[in-house]
Amino acid sequence: MITPLPKLLVGCVVLLLGWATVGVAGLLRPRSVRLAGRVLFPLGALIGLALAVLAVTSLLGGGIERMVLPIGLPGLPAHLRLDPLSSVFLALLGAAAAGISVFAGGYFRAGQGTAPGLLGLQYHLFLASMGGVLIAADAYSFLLAWEAMALTSYFLVVTEHRRAEIRRAGLIYLLMAHVGALAILLAFGLMHGAGPFTFHAMRSAHLSAGWAATAFLLALAGFGAKAGLVPLHVWLPEAHPAAPSPVSALMSGVMLKTAVYGMLRVGLDLLGPPVWWWGLAPLALGLFTILYGALFAAVQTDMKRLLAYSSVENIGVIFTGIGLTIVFAGSGMPAVAALALLATLYHCLNHSMMKSLLFLGTGAVLHATGERNLGRLGGLIHRMPWVAWLTLIGTLAIAGLPPLNGFVSEWLLLQSFLFGDQVPHTFVNLLIPMGMALVALGAALAGYVMVKFYGIIFLGRPREPSLEQAHDCGWLERIGLAWLALGCVALGLLPVQVIDALGRVSAQLLGAVVPQASAHSWLLAPVPGRPVSYGPAVLLTATAAVVLLTMWAVRLLYRQRVRRVSAWDCGFGALTPRMQDTAEGFGQPIRHLFQPFFEMQRELPAPEDSAPRYRISIRERIWTIAYEPLCTATDWLANTAARVQQGRISVYLLYSFVTLLVLLAVALLS
Amino acid sequence: MSAVEWLTQGLEVGVALAAAPALLGWLNQCRAWLQNRRAPSLWLPYRNLRKLFDKEALIAENASPLFRLAPYIVFGAMVLAAGIIPSMGTRLPLVVSADAIALVGLFAAARMFMALAAMDVGTAFGTLGARREMMVGFLAEPALLMVILVASLTSSSTALPAITESLAAGGLGLSPSLAFSAVAFVLVLLAENARIPVDNPATHLELTMIHEAMLLEYSARHLALMEWAAQLKLFNYVCIGFALFLPWGVEVGPIGPMGLLVAVPALALKLAAAGAGIALIETVSAKMRVMRIPEFLSTAFLFAVLGLLVHVLLGA
Repeated sequence: MITPLPKLLVGCVVLLLGWATVGVAGLLRPRSVRLAGRVLFPLGALIGLALAVLAVTSLLGGGIERMVLPIGLPGLPAHLRLDPLSSVFLALLGAAAAGISVFAGGYFRAGQGTAPGLLGLQYHLFLASMGGVLIAADAYSFLLAWEAMALTSYFLVVTEHRRAEIRRAGLIYLLMAHVGALAILLAFGLMHGAGPFTFHAMRSAHLSAGWAATAFLLALAGFGAKAGLVPLHVWLPEAHPAAPSPVSALMSGVMLKTAVYGMLRVGLDLLGPPVWWWGLAPLALGLFTILYGALFAAVQTDMKRLLAYSSVENIGVIFTGIGLTIVFAGSGMPAVAALALLATLYHCLNHSMMKSLLFLGTGAVLHATGERNLGRLGGLIHRMPWVAWLTLIGTLAIAGLPPLNGFVSEWLLLQSFLFGDQVPHTFVNLLIPMGMALVALGAALAGYVMVKFYGIIFLGRPREPSLEQAHDCGWLERIGLAWLALGCVALGLLPVQVIDALGRVSAQLLGAVVPQASAHSWLLAPVPGRPVSYGPAVLLTATAAVVLLTMWAVRLLYRQRVRRVSAWDCGFGALTPRMQDTAEGFGQPIRHLFQPFFEMQRELPAPEDSAPRYRISIRERIWTIAYEPLCTATDWLANTAARVQQGRISVYLLYSFVTLLVLLAVALLS
Repeated sequence: MSAVEWLTQGLEVGVALAAAPALLGWLNQCRAWLQNRRAPSLWLPYRNLRKLFDKEALIAENASPLFRLAPYIVFGAMVLAAGIIPSMGTRLPLVVSADAIALVGLFAAARMFMALAAMDVGTAFGTLGARREMMVGFLAEPALLMVILVASLTSSSTALPAITESLAAGGLGLSPSLAFSAVAFVLVLLAENARIPVDNPATHLELTMIHEAMLLEYSARHLALMEWAAQLKLFNYVCIGFALFLPWGVEVGPIGPMGLLVAVPALALKLAAAGAGIALIETVSAKMRVMRIPEFLSTAFLFAVLGLLVHVLLGA
């Protein structure tokens, strides 16, 4: 199905170049907030919207388009390709970027950090490079776009580069990005076999089982580092809070998904039919990541760090889905594998919408209050109703509640887990119940985390007097938030249509689609051979009907007034906002229950302290166990190697002489 | 979908709404008898609801619209849940739109709204209650899900009517995996419905409250809706238990007048037995310290996982 003129692909390239142009245009007047905010970012949002429309068109068409651009290395022009898999992720990029860019238009102000025009350049190049990753069809252009993505996002993370902790966060991010890129480079090196570095050649290269597995694991490490798979997740909780909120939203909502795209591309497409046990690695790591991310999210006190750990958790869900897909596909169960793949893709779409929404919500709060610490927020639903109510949608969605979108992917994932007992490997059969238990636990913990997140920021009383002056966000920001909230609702209510479109990907990668047994367009019944269905629209209608009916009945039957009085609080009377639960307090049960996970430092007041202070700081054990020893070892190695460098020319000449002698000896002896 | 099926659907919801307070009244009666007290009337919960509906509603000055909306949403979720659980017949039009996983999701939604509403006024007790409720919830919810998934594996479907039909066809004996999950389910039921040993529904001490602490700021009709919703939740949980473990008397085919003649008294009998059973458990056990609750619930969770493993190993 190769069309003669790749219209959609050309359109795609033009739109990505359009993003780059919009970025460059920002340099015309780099200090102008008006130009960047009122013109360029909204323009970027329109391009994002066009890209989403184009990608959906391509997805529904189901075709594959190829193109070779004569740029790049001699003998290695840039190969581009648009197929259903890249279309899905392009649609995700476009749709999320549309909302985030509109919001960004109202968000960035003249400040101490990078000038708005320059920021716009970095931002739009970041968007364009993510698009480039998704349409690249050879290793060279893929890695070029990949690195461009890493670098532009690094510069965006260090927007406020005058603060030392932000520079540190940026460094950690850059390091992890490059360690990951190195692993991906090696994986591509293994996969290309004898042919050129195009993806097409990689598909037809026949690797031995051992090398294929090595390539898979390298890709898992590389893409896992970018996605935030434990134990390679350490950059996420550092970089996300450091970056400006729209950038955090883009990184968490979209950039992590490019890594998922890479994993799917390598694992299910380039390496050929997968072997079932490959799937165990992403499955086990994904499950552990779910628990780990959720637990750490529950004990955070910084709202953006909390969301970063929640992203870690969601990446865990996605990789669990990838693992299941591979296990099923390798065990000769393509229909079930298609179901697991759908759950994975669906969760990618969901997460890009809801996490972007939440990050933007925190951005609005940050702007209004200047606070990231949950302990100094509260009661903002009164001052910022727009942000509060729109964020509530994201909160409920990410907690996996029906009828919003988070529930759909969770439902699909659990349904595919239920086929685990049919896999012809006893080991997997025993692993599957554990997996289901962890997914269920993770979903419930996500609810805990989100009650904490929302309740402490938006509900209750303001914990600081300055919060009384907080203002709601501007109209550009409202449009951005509303767009993403709409995405959450639409993905939640129209799963049949979405899954229909996503079926193109499973047809492409696995040669199987899930059945849509039901004739209704409102009833999702994708489980092969089982009469199971879910109809979110009906569910919503029924709930709304019951709620409205109850309200009506109450209004009709009981005409008593509602009177506003001061809070009862069991007659206590001396209530102050400081008596509300803090973020630390809300996380206490989790800290208590899962103590071995955390490295805690407590500062407890003595009984006779006149100004008692209670403080607790939580660190990940992984820093002390793995990363710090690694840093020390690297330092030691570098210092040892540095001894060779004396800085004296005579010594270097001696080295050359010795090398020559050794080489001569080798040449003579062999 | 025939008119009879819609009628069954309406009947199920109607019976749940009407009988839920009676179940609580009966439970309190049994408990009083077991404790050698004079029993309150069976109709006390109804009178209580009526009294609350008749009162003037007081709302804290700084309560947001979320606080006023939450009782309706919680109540709506519970009514809907009652419509999904096959307590008398399995041919229900609503169940195609929500299976057992969605049912757990509905409960989670109700819990989340209740916790958010409890945090809304910003009192110490409210946030404390919300935190504890979420602590109970994050362990009880996966345990309930695992219980349901065991039954789903046994009957290859997560749709509740399909589970009930396949289990009803399986005869009287419980398979080993279901026996494990039944134990887990009872523990979850106690925790989720704020019964002893997890929470004390009759406590007057705010510091030990979980469920009640969340409702402290509610009054009049909002409180009435919340209490009715809690009664419905108890009713729903008991009915889930019947659907999974005691599907006798449930009409599995198209329901007719004769079917109802069996189904309604069967349900009443089972409810009476379940109420007495819960009262017995509550009487013989003491309330636990709050931080012991996770142990209690992780036991439930492990029992459910064990049930799954047993199912995988034995295939039964």
